[in-house]
Order: sequence, then structure tokens, then C-alpha cells
Amino acid sequence: MFLLKGEWYDFRDLTNPIRSLLDDLGLPGDADYVIWSLLGGAGILLWLILSVLAFIWIERRVVALMQNRKGPNRVGPAGLLQPVADALKLLLKEAITPRATDKYVFWLGPVLIFIPTVVVFAVIPFGERMALADLNVGVLFLIAIAGINTPAVFMAGWASNNKYALLGAMRVIAMLISYEVVQVLALLGPVILVGSMRMQDVVGWQDEFNTPLLLLQPLCFAAYLIAGAVEINRSPMDISEAESELAAGYHTEYGGIKFGFFYQAEYLAGFAVAATAVTVFLGGWTLWGLEDYIPGWIIFLSKLYITFFVYIWSRGTLPRLRIDQLMAFAWKFMLPLMVLNVLAVGAEIMVWHETEASRNVALPAIGAVNAALALVLVVGWGRFLGHGTGSQKGHRATLTREVGKIYYTGAEASS
Amino acid sequence: MEDTGSVIAFWLFAAMTVGAAVGVAASRNLIHAVGMLIISFAGLAGLYVTLSADFIAVAQVLIYIGAIAVLILFAIVLTPEAGRHNQEGFMRFPAVALAGITAAAMIYAALDTEWVLSDRPGFEGTATVIGDALLDKYALPFEIASVLLLVAVLGAIVLVRPEGAEEGE
Repeated sequence: MFLLKGEWYDFRDLTNPIRSLLDDLGLPGDADYVIWSLLGGAGILLWLILSVLAFIWIERRVVALMQNRKGPNRVGPAGLLQPVADALKLLLKEAITPRATDKYVFWLGPVLIFIPTVVVFAVIPFGERMALADLNVGVLFLIAIAGINTPAVFMAGWASNNKYALLGAMRVIAMLISYEVVQVLALLGPVILVGSMRMQDVVGWQDEFNTPLLLLQPLCFAAYLIAGAVEINRSPMDISEAESELAAGYHTEYGGIKFGFFYQAEYLAGFAVAATAVTVFLGGWTLWGLEDYIPGWIIFLSKLYITFFVYIWSRGTLPRLRIDQLMAFAWKFMLPLMVLNVLAVGAEIMVWHETEASRNVALPAIGAVNAALALVLVVGWGRFLGHGTGSQKGHRATLTREVGKIYYTGAEASS
Repeated sequence: MEDTGSVIAFWLFAAMTVGAAVGVAASRNLIHAVGMLIISFAGLAGLYVTLSADFIAVAQVLIYIGAIAVLILFAIVLTPEAGRHNQEGFMRFPAVALAGITAAAMIYAALDTEWVLSDRPGFEGTATVIGDALLDKYALPFEIASVLLLVAVLGAIVLVRPEGAEEGE
């Protein structure tokens, strides 16, 4: 029963009085643990909802700035109440269930997609002792829970009984499965270095060696961010809801608060990916000793929001990729690179243990080798695939290939 | 398994697993059946947790819910009309009989066995131990399984390769 024992988080000043109060009451058995876990879950949910509301506004304003627009500016001062208005609108809308849908599965889709995105935060350490359940398979747990999204998306798309919804769901699943491989391998590099899958151990390792794993594993960090963008359906990887091709993807038939669930689940998944990236690659709640002076969770949340901002940034600036480009990128480019990276990390760890080098020699060496390796691999493998050499010819689209040649009409035909 | 929480969790997960498994067999709609199968897998993962087999539990979720269930879903969707309009087959009674006999045999074996209880407390964490065992004592079976999977992946690619796609473009 690793879930019901061990260290329980404390929200420092806030919950210590509550805890002592509970101890004084002398509740029977594990009742105080149950109350603890409920309180912790409620706290995390509250934080998530507030963050989502705040970031809906921030994202719309920031993307508007990037695109030379004004963004929401009517509801409340500077449009601050716009997310609240949106949420109220979604809540009050008529809950339409199309007649031809599979009602139970249709209803289950949004619920099922919401659960894993919240559960993920149970293993994220917000501070030194602020993890709801510090599993010793934490990293694997993150990946496994994120994988539950796949059947949920399928259920939503299939139950809608709509061509576009099903096509969108199929695209998402194909993408999720492809990039899940990349994601696992990207997290494997840091895990091999640390030698533990417990999230607090990963943070503790980075604290002890004073080195964020980003410096040792730059390639993995980039790969994880890209795979994360796929997981949370964000541009440039948002082909699952490519409006021009698919109406809105797997949630085409959903309206009102059911759509709200999908919308919020996407945000929550974004926070989950950012939280994972921060914990594994950026040192979690530590920052070179700063955590002694200000609470760790402030450092953690600052890093999380900055990381999430990168996703907003990329959404505002990068164009959407085609599905074949995305799939080819996962299987032909990222997967070989990640496998080679895992091999390299294993070799480095072995050499480190064999030579028994001191950490002041070993860590900079590993960092330099991995940075050089990342550069060589990205450039070299890109050249190998024919990018950037100028020799790459434009590929004809598949349909054109089937037809044989392009039949021009109108003015171009005469030229 | 002494404390009340574990016992309650065990019975909840057991009911979830078995109930969902019955639902898989009883459901007329194949997609609903797969949904039930997913719930059954989740219950099984919960049972692993009560046995303090944390790594197996997480692997169960990762592989069975995240991958196997999706594979089954794809297989159903790519089969025309498989998701709906399922008639009763003539194999219904033999199947029920076979399932009943299997269940009876397993229950009999479980009740008949003298289970050895050890006093040892639950495992602290199994991931490290499993990892060490796989790469040390059981390295050969592990490698054989890896090669088998690699061959399967290559075979799948060869099977779905379209005719005349040798040149690549």
C-alpha cells in the first residue's frame, strides 16, 4: 500500500495547524489520512481551476499582442472577467446530445478525459514535502496516466457518430501513440542519470549536484517539450482539431459544459506537461539554494508558468504542421535520436562509475558531450534524411502521385 | 492485508474487475465491451496496488489501458459493422459452459490450496528489484523478448508496405 503510507505533503503554514488539530481529535484508524488526501486533492483542484481561469485570459491577451490585435478587453477591467463570462456561458448553454450518438459513451468521454489530467498532479512535488503521493514509480505513473487520454479521446470521437469527429479522434490517437514512444524515451535519459523514478529523487538529485538536468540532457528536454505539445494538442501540433480540415476534431459534436470539459482538460494537460518538464529537467522546487529563502512551491509555480508560456508563445507564432510531417518527424527523426541518446547516457553512466571521477569533472564532461551529441545528431540526422542540403526535391502530394500528373485549369493551362 | 483500508480496497477492486468482466461478455455492442474491458484492466491495476506491486500496477495501466485497449478499438473500428448489430452466435452455450468450467476449476484450486503466509512486510518498491533481475539474472529471456518484439514490428511494416513502394518516392 504505497499510496496510503509514507510522507504526506504539508502546505507548510496553511495546513500544519489543521494537521495538529486532526491529531488532537484522535480520529480512529486511517481517518486522518483520508481527510488529508481529500484536502490535498481539493487544494490541487482549486489551484488548477484558478490557474486555468487566469491563463485563459493571459493566453488570449498574449496571442492577441503577438498577432497585433487587442484581445478580450470588454468584460471587466482589461477583459479580466472574460474567462468567468466564458465559463458561465458554457455552463448555461443547453446540453445538446445528438440523437444518433451512443449516449453513455458520449457522456463518458469528457469525464474520462478530465480525470487523468488531474490525477497526474498527485505525484508532482510542489515543494520539499508537498507531494500528494510520492510514488517510487512516479515518472512511469505520469506516462501511464497520460496514456488513459487515448481511449477517452476515441470514445468521444466514436460516440459522436460523426465523420469528422471520428477522423479527428483517429488522428489524435495516431499522434499520441507515436509521440508517447518519444516521450518515454525522452524521460528515460534523465531517469537513467538519476537512477530513480521517484519524482522527489529526481528533484533531490538535481539539488544535490546543483545541476538542472536540462544542462545534461538538452536533447531530451527539447524532445519532451515537442512530444508534450502533441499531447496537449497545441499548435504547431494541433492537427487533431485543424479547423480547416476537420471542423473541430473529436469534440465536434460537443457543446456547452461538455465542450468546456475538453477545453479545460487541454489546459490541465498543458500544466501537467509543464510541471513534468519543470520537475524532471528544470530542478523542480529548487533553484541553486534560493529555496532556503522563499517557499519551494513559489519557485516551482514560477518555473511552471514560464514553461507553459513557451507553449502559448509557440501557439502564437508557429504555423500548423501537416499530419504526415508530424508522423514522419516522430518516427524517422525523434525516435532514432532518442534511442541513440539513451545509449549515450548509459555509456556515460558506465564510464562515470568505472573511472570514479569526481562530480566536478564528470558532470561538466557529460553536459558538454551531450550538448555536442545533440548538435551533431540533429544536424547529422537531418542531413542524412536530406534536409538542409539543398538537394531535397519537393514531394508531390499523394493524391497527385496517384493521378499521375497535375492537370492545370484556366490561365496556367495555356502557359 | 490486515488494515481495513486494504480490505475495503481489495473488495472494491475485485468487484470492479469481475463486474466489468461480466459486462464485457454480456454487452451486445463491441465498443461498450471494450470500455468494460478497460474498467476491468483498471480494477486489476488497483488489485496490484493492494499487493504493493507498484511497478506492475503502473505497467498494467500503461500497457493494457494505454496500448492494448486502443489496439482492440482500432481493430473493431476497422472491421465494418463490427461495433453495432451483433447477433447471438451459435457458440454462446459452449462458451458459457467453458467459462463456467474454467471458473469452477480455478475457484476449487484456490480454495483447496494450502496458502503459505509469510510474516514479511510489504515491498518498499519493486521497480529497482525488477530492473536488476531483468538485466542480470534474466538478461537472456529479456533480450529474446526484445528481439521477438523487434521482429514483430519489422514484420508489421513489411506486411502493410504497399506494392511497388520500393523506391521510397
